[in-house]
Amino acid sequence: MTHLGYLLVGWGVSLGALGLYALRVMQRGRRAAGRVPPERRRWLAAEETS
Amino acid sequence: MTTPVRSEAPAHTGSTTTRLLGVAVIVGLVALVLLGFFGAPADDEQADAVRLIFVHVPSAFLTYAAFTVTAVGSVMWLWKRSLWWDLVAHGSAEIGVVFCSLTLFTGSVWGRPTWNTYWDWGDVRLVTTLILLLLMVGYLAVRSMGGDDSAVATRSAIVALIAAVNLPIVNRSVEWWFDRTLHQKSSLTDGNLEDLTLFTMLLGVVVWSLFYVWAMIHRFRVGWLERELRFGDLDVAIAQRRAEARASSDGGGR
Repeated sequence: MTHLGYLLVGWGVSLGALGLYALRVMQRGRRAAGRVPPERRRWLAAEETS
Repeated sequence: MTTPVRSEAPAHTGSTTTRLLGVAVIVGLVALVLLGFFGAPADDEQADAVRLIFVHVPSAFLTYAAFTVTAVGSVMWLWKRSLWWDLVAHGSAEIGVVFCSLTLFTGSVWGRPTWNTYWDWGDVRLVTTLILLLLMVGYLAVRSMGGDDSAVATRSAIVALIAAVNLPIVNRSVEWWFDRTLHQKSSLTDGNLEDLTLFTMLLGVVVWSLFYVWAMIHRFRVGWLERELRFGDLDVAIAQRRAEARASSDGGGR
């Protein structure tokens, strides 16, 4: 395979950046959700019937 | 009779939808890597460097999509003062900056073996894409400046709309300034891609789009929670200030 170095850098940085962004967003979500009272986590609470 | 009750809200931003999307993204990525490296044929002119378009073109497509959503959200904020749309605009801008950075980076890495250069300041598409990235980084900077939420949303919406003017210029630049760009015309409309190459590129667009939706759902919820935190902190600060004022007036009355 030609240009293997370019391919690995291009693909590696792309997948790495998306993975790091995904981890960061989830981490921010966990940190913020832990500090907001459950009754104010409007977009996270599931509706159930009893 | 059943009455709806709110269950214990989870201490994270995940849900069944995001988990399903996450699994779809991972499966799609595995298929994309396999097809991108081992399935699609090498190009006659670019040889294996063509495999970079499977990440470059989807990144460019999602840059347009994400910043278009930001522009729509900004218009809706200015028109309806809708918090929902403001959070959508902010989240999409952040994800769009990631995709736009990847577009420029993978384009440069692709350009070196294909055009024998990482960057050309005379190439209109490269420069207009860089300007778009800088404008959207400016958008995020305006958002992080703090102050009244409504004023910040209005200021940043105006920046987003200025940046949005650049979107069609970036997209059409290879047609309008065909003699001032190293880029070929649209890979899709040219019709010179092999079937499996085209399929792999479209798969990349689908996988990147699924990632965008996954990230938008999480980012929207993060935006909502962080706003709740700001207002919660404000409530606490007001309560403290009132308590201090009461204490000082009680002390002064003695």
